[in-house]
Amino acid sequence: MTHPMTRCRWIPALLLAALPVLTPAQTLRVGLAEDPDVLDPSLSRSFVGRVVFSALCDKLFDVDEKLAIQPQLASAYEWSADSKTLTLKLRPGVTFHDGEKFDAAAVKFNIERHKTLPGSNRRGELAPVATVDVVDPLTVRLNLSAPFSPLLAQLADRAGMMVSPKAAQAAGDKFGTKPVCSGPFRFVERVAQDRMVFERYPQYWNKDAIHFDKIVYTPIPDATVRLANLKSGQLDFIERVASSDIEKLQSDKKLKTSRITEIGYQGITINLAKSDKAKQNPLGRDARVREAFELSLDRQGIAQVVMDNEATVGNQWVAPGNAWYAKNVPVPKRDVARAKALLKEAGVPNPSFTLVTPTTSDAQRLALVVQAMTREAGFDVKIQAAEFATSLNMADKGDFEALVLAWSGRADPDGNLYSFDACKQPLNYAGYCDAETDALLNQSRALRDPAERRKLFEQVAARVLKERPIVYLYHRNWLWAYNAKLGGVRNVPDGLLRVTGLKLAP
Amino acid sequence: MFEYLVKRVATLLPTLLFVSVLIFGLQQLLPGDPAKILAGEDQDPQVVAYLRARLHLDEPLPIRYARWVGGVLQGDLGESVRSQQPVTGLILQKLPVTVELALLAMAIALAIGIPSGIVSAVGRGTAWDWAANAFALWGISTPNFWLGILMILLFSVQLGWLPASGYVSPFEDLGANLAAMIMPAFVLGNAIAAVLMRHTRSAMLQVMSADYVRTARAKGLGERTVVLKHALRNALTPIITLGALELGTLLSGAVLTEQVFTIPGFGKLVVDAVFNRDYAVVQGVVLVTASAYMLLNLLADLAYFAVNPRLRR
Repeated sequence: MTHPMTRCRWIPALLLAALPVLTPAQTLRVGLAEDPDVLDPSLSRSFVGRVVFSALCDKLFDVDEKLAIQPQLASAYEWSADSKTLTLKLRPGVTFHDGEKFDAAAVKFNIERHKTLPGSNRRGELAPVATVDVVDPLTVRLNLSAPFSPLLAQLADRAGMMVSPKAAQAAGDKFGTKPVCSGPFRFVERVAQDRMVFERYPQYWNKDAIHFDKIVYTPIPDATVRLANLKSGQLDFIERVASSDIEKLQSDKKLKTSRITEIGYQGITINLAKSDKAKQNPLGRDARVREAFELSLDRQGIAQVVMDNEATVGNQWVAPGNAWYAKNVPVPKRDVARAKALLKEAGVPNPSFTLVTPTTSDAQRLALVVQAMTREAGFDVKIQAAEFATSLNMADKGDFEALVLAWSGRADPDGNLYSFDACKQPLNYAGYCDAETDALLNQSRALRDPAERRKLFEQVAARVLKERPIVYLYHRNWLWAYNAKLGGVRNVPDGLLRVTGLKLAP
Repeated sequence: MFEYLVKRVATLLPTLLFVSVLIFGLQQLLPGDPAKILAGEDQDPQVVAYLRARLHLDEPLPIRYARWVGGVLQGDLGESVRSQQPVTGLILQKLPVTVELALLAMAIALAIGIPSGIVSAVGRGTAWDWAANAFALWGISTPNFWLGILMILLFSVQLGWLPASGYVSPFEDLGANLAAMIMPAFVLGNAIAAVLMRHTRSAMLQVMSADYVRTARAKGLGERTVVLKHALRNALTPIITLGALELGTLLSGAVLTEQVFTIPGFGKLVVDAVFNRDYAVVQGVVLVTASAYMLLNLLADLAYFAVNPRLRR
């Protein structure tokens, strides 16, 4: 029989042997506000999916804190003089998670897959790319049918995500259930509505900037519960903290918060000409009524009540601090007297209409504040709450007079503008159609010089904001909260957590 | 009894068929186009058209119904349009979680509800009765999500004893599994315990005043034997019915509780599916739940025979 002491002597030796295995295994645990949809960059359609992709799939480009284009899988780019070809130099030595090489042929495959995969949501984004040429293994040329300056921004989003051609061909449209990309982490498992587990990819090209062995994303829709998980130490990072919780959090020394103005917006879409209902709509019939509606709103007051001031008020598709903001149309001040005068002039001193809102508590509060504020000018606003699918249906059929609608935003202003204000575009729920605006928008797509584009956007602003298909209200803050030991959190305005550089202090 | 059993099983099939028509039909009444929802923020018309064709939304309803039932008969419940995972797989993933939560909640409900109901009936008008009634009132009137959040704040955030949410498979780590399940199971069980207590109390009160109980007492049997052996057995029939119904409800998923504790069960699955108009998932889950419900009711009927010998004649 062994004496207990004899066994004890082995313990320190065993512990020492286990030590190197025990220490470095670090997991980053992230709480998401929703469960992402399919993890295929071509098919993906949700904002939260983009959060997860930033760990899984590298893109040709990325955007930085100032929304400037930065190299990622493409190390350099060059436009031709006529802006109709974009030549990309690719980063050497990059491999996909299945060991396949990333090269020009892979880029060609991916762009073509984005454009042709049935149901691809990237088709529209890459529509101007006519053909792709492999120049040499590390050089690829995109030939455009017409100049398209937002292309770089598209390639810095899902349209620029590169998946392993071999894995994509093998999996077909099931690729999203087991994605194979070239990002810092590779896919391990996904349990729907429960978790997504990714592990570090040891051959990642920028592996020195990765300090975690594993990432677990957990969707927790309730903001209070998400926060409770962070506070109890079960999560290291949560996105979309409720604005009402931020103040308390700032006094908590164990946690840090960060906020950044979104690139999207919150606004009210008005049915101008989408359907016959527009003709019965006092707002839709007369631009003066719409102007009165806007003048009766106190945006700062709305932001305070709805968002606890965790928002930047604005009157355009980008926030006033954004480089693309059209300074010739500043945020109008509330002017109830002028609003009343306009209504009188239009012959409808008490216009009545229904405002359709999503069922989220923010949107409901927004509708109530708008109702109260506009009443002072003589408006009679009725509120109708509709869950997302129903409101989408109403928007699409034009079965509404006014609609509370948010947009998550794109890095290039074109992504916030074209689909909403150009004639017959899928997101143009207002039914706004103006040949001059269309011409200006198309010209802005053809120009690459930011100063020249800005001038065009000023002209667009002057036209569109006078007609008010959308009354823009504010730009929410992305609110994040995380373990105070977590360093390297980058506040990029697209609201996506970049895992590169993140580090947990001991 | 055998004849009764055959009759009951024979009615199951037409009921299931009726349920399948109902599930399929009711969904079509929901406003909104699944293809549009799936097309996401961008609403590319080509994507919408493609999805509509892929989901067979352009076909007449009877054909779509036949397509679905045909699949079900071959064990194929279709595919989730949102996550691209097969519905059967999703259900198999969530079912054990929901079953475990339901059984734990039921165990807690029975352990609290029946004894407190008996004590309250036997000691009618005493402090025990008052206490049990107060508990029942609290249990019935406390909303699940509120109790859940309070428990998280106390046991997870303040005391740090239990994980705030999440689920661990019992095969991975039984201790962690129970630690994660105890709060949600209590929240669910607590409400059911209250209902069970009220029913046990009233059934017991009724039985305790029956002639045969007086006879039993007159025979000189001890109070314990009279209550537990003679009275309770008779009082159990309505409680079994109620228990089976409550268990059936639990098996259909406890949406709010699952949401608060992030338990990946049926409730969350089906609610998300309804909002996303993920028809195949809704149909699959409701069909499985309806079958479970019917099976439980059948089992409850059989249990009557076990506790009540008079029915066996």
